[in-house]
Amino acid sequence: MTGRPAGPVAGPAAGDAVEEWGTDEISVHYQRRLALDKITLRAAAGQVTAVVGGDGAGKTTLLRCLAGALAPASGLVRRPAARQIGYLSASSGTYPDLTAAENLDFRASAYGLSAAQARARSGDLLDRAGLGDARNRLAGQLSGGMRQKLGVIAAMLASPRLLVLDEPTTGVDPVSRSGLWWLIAGAAAAGCAVVLATTYLDDAERAATVLALDDGRELAAGTPDQIIGAVPGTLRGLTGRPPEADEQRAWRRGGRWRVWDPPQSAGGPGEAIQPDLQDAVTVAALARELGLPGSTR
Amino acid sequence: MTGRAADRALAGPLAVCDSVSRQFGEFTAVSEVSLQVQAGEIVGLLGANGAGKTTLIRMLLGLLPASAGEVLLFGAAPSRGTRRRIGYVPQGLGLYDDLTPEQNLEFSAAAFGGPRPELPAPLRRYAGTPVGSLPLGLQRRFAFAQALSHQPDLLILDEPTSGVDPLGRARLWDTIAGAAAAGAGVLVTTHYMEEAGECARLVIMADGRVVAQGTAPEIIGAAQVTVVETAAWAAAFRVLEEAGMPVALAGRALRVPGTGPAEVRRALAAAGGAADGHARVSAAPATLEERFFQLAQPGFITEVPA
Repeated sequence: MTGRPAGPVAGPAAGDAVEEWGTDEISVHYQRRLALDKITLRAAAGQVTAVVGGDGAGKTTLLRCLAGALAPASGLVRRPAARQIGYLSASSGTYPDLTAAENLDFRASAYGLSAAQARARSGDLLDRAGLGDARNRLAGQLSGGMRQKLGVIAAMLASPRLLVLDEPTTGVDPVSRSGLWWLIAGAAAAGCAVVLATTYLDDAERAATVLALDDGRELAAGTPDQIIGAVPGTLRGLTGRPPEADEQRAWRRGGRWRVWDPPQSAGGPGEAIQPDLQDAVTVAALARELGLPGSTR
Repeated sequence: MTGRAADRALAGPLAVCDSVSRQFGEFTAVSEVSLQVQAGEIVGLLGANGAGKTTLIRMLLGLLPASAGEVLLFGAAPSRGTRRRIGYVPQGLGLYDDLTPEQNLEFSAAAFGGPRPELPAPLRRYAGTPVGSLPLGLQRRFAFAQALSHQPDLLILDEPTSGVDPLGRARLWDTIAGAAAAGAGVLVTTHYMEEAGECARLVIMADGRVVAQGTAPEIIGAAQVTVVETAAWAAAFRVLEEAGMPVALAGRALRVPGTGPAEVRRALAAAGGAADGHARVSAAPATLEERFFQLAQPGFITEVPA
């Protein structure tokens, strides 16, 4: 079939009106603490959107709002009907006392799938996740990586239009992580809008769009290129620990040091460095910590 | 180097595993593993779950005897005495949740038989809070402070930065590097390949064996992946997936380890249509994670450089 003219580009990246879910300026309070401060998230169909931040940044709160498990105090949430949402919570979306297959059966009945649909889809997903041989093992006895994969395919079972995954890759070894990403990419390729929370910037680099959170507030948002392009000032790389004057704006990376110079600052020793996504998010966090303008949006 | 560190440098490796194996009944968890940690050196131990990392660490800590081979700590078999010279941060942090940071330190100092160390500055305002109520990032910093408080010669850290934001991670690594610069040897496991750059040397385990050792560039070597760039990535993904290739997504590009550009082009052309149209297919150097993925495949046997 070579030599055939390229037809119109298919798939979700085609530029036709793409379904979009997300939140508009939502805020959430836990007692008197502000857990989310006017957070806007866009999740387009056929794309992976990463919500990145450390422990306590607000990732879980945001994802719970998006999935409909929590109502924000203000702002708007756009999501499909409950049955079209697949949600993996941070605490694990599997029942330890049920086998892998029973976990999926249980989900299928909750989502109202017919027995035939459920069987076909479960078998396919278990095979894709490399869990075919583990179908009759108790979820509680699976390794961490296998259990996370089971949780992800359970959330994918009813072919949702919006898939919300809370830290599917945390504590998962790199091999299982590759497998998880393969499942996630497959869901996006099938046209689903995927939103996942992660503490790993290299997970975020695989996503089409990224929202970085810190202490309930937006630190940076956009495509990785937009976030990198918005870094204010310049970056320097040093092989050794930077001089004291730079120390507050410096961090260690890959055995070397990076120093951020805000706009209109004097600079210092070292060579100029092009930031990547990890640098960009680190600069945004430093700028906020130091009370300097530098948030990337 | 301080006098103490200089003594250590003269005294040879801090930790040695010489062809160490460990059986559990019929199951071989660790098979003929050899590695060394020198004073002032950070060694990264990478491996999938079940590769044998934790079993190896338990043998180094003296919690589990080797079935064969020899484990030496500071030139002697692991014992209560050697354990005193080790700082260990387990994955679960090993803190007492119901005790305050002060009480944890006091307990640990009593157990190790040293004076009670000062609480690190950022933790002082939490002195009266039970550790279990602190944010995870702070718990990690505290677990570190505690493991370092008896100035151990060897630090063993099991996934020390899991769940920490990039800035917090950079700060933890600064602490680890500081301990190494002061002469301690560090053996650290991580699932985060970016952190491998902090290590002087990496040891990669799969199925209980060491499958590669060296710096990250040495381990990656000439390994390559095929990169597919196309607006119709979703269609291309489905085609390559159906062809049984382990496709990964990077933004909107696809990365295919273990399959050359020619084969990928053939698969896309055979499918035709959107997947084939305007796809740019090229070879690129593998990342450490991709090389790791290849090394960790069952049955992938490779020569281990001496």
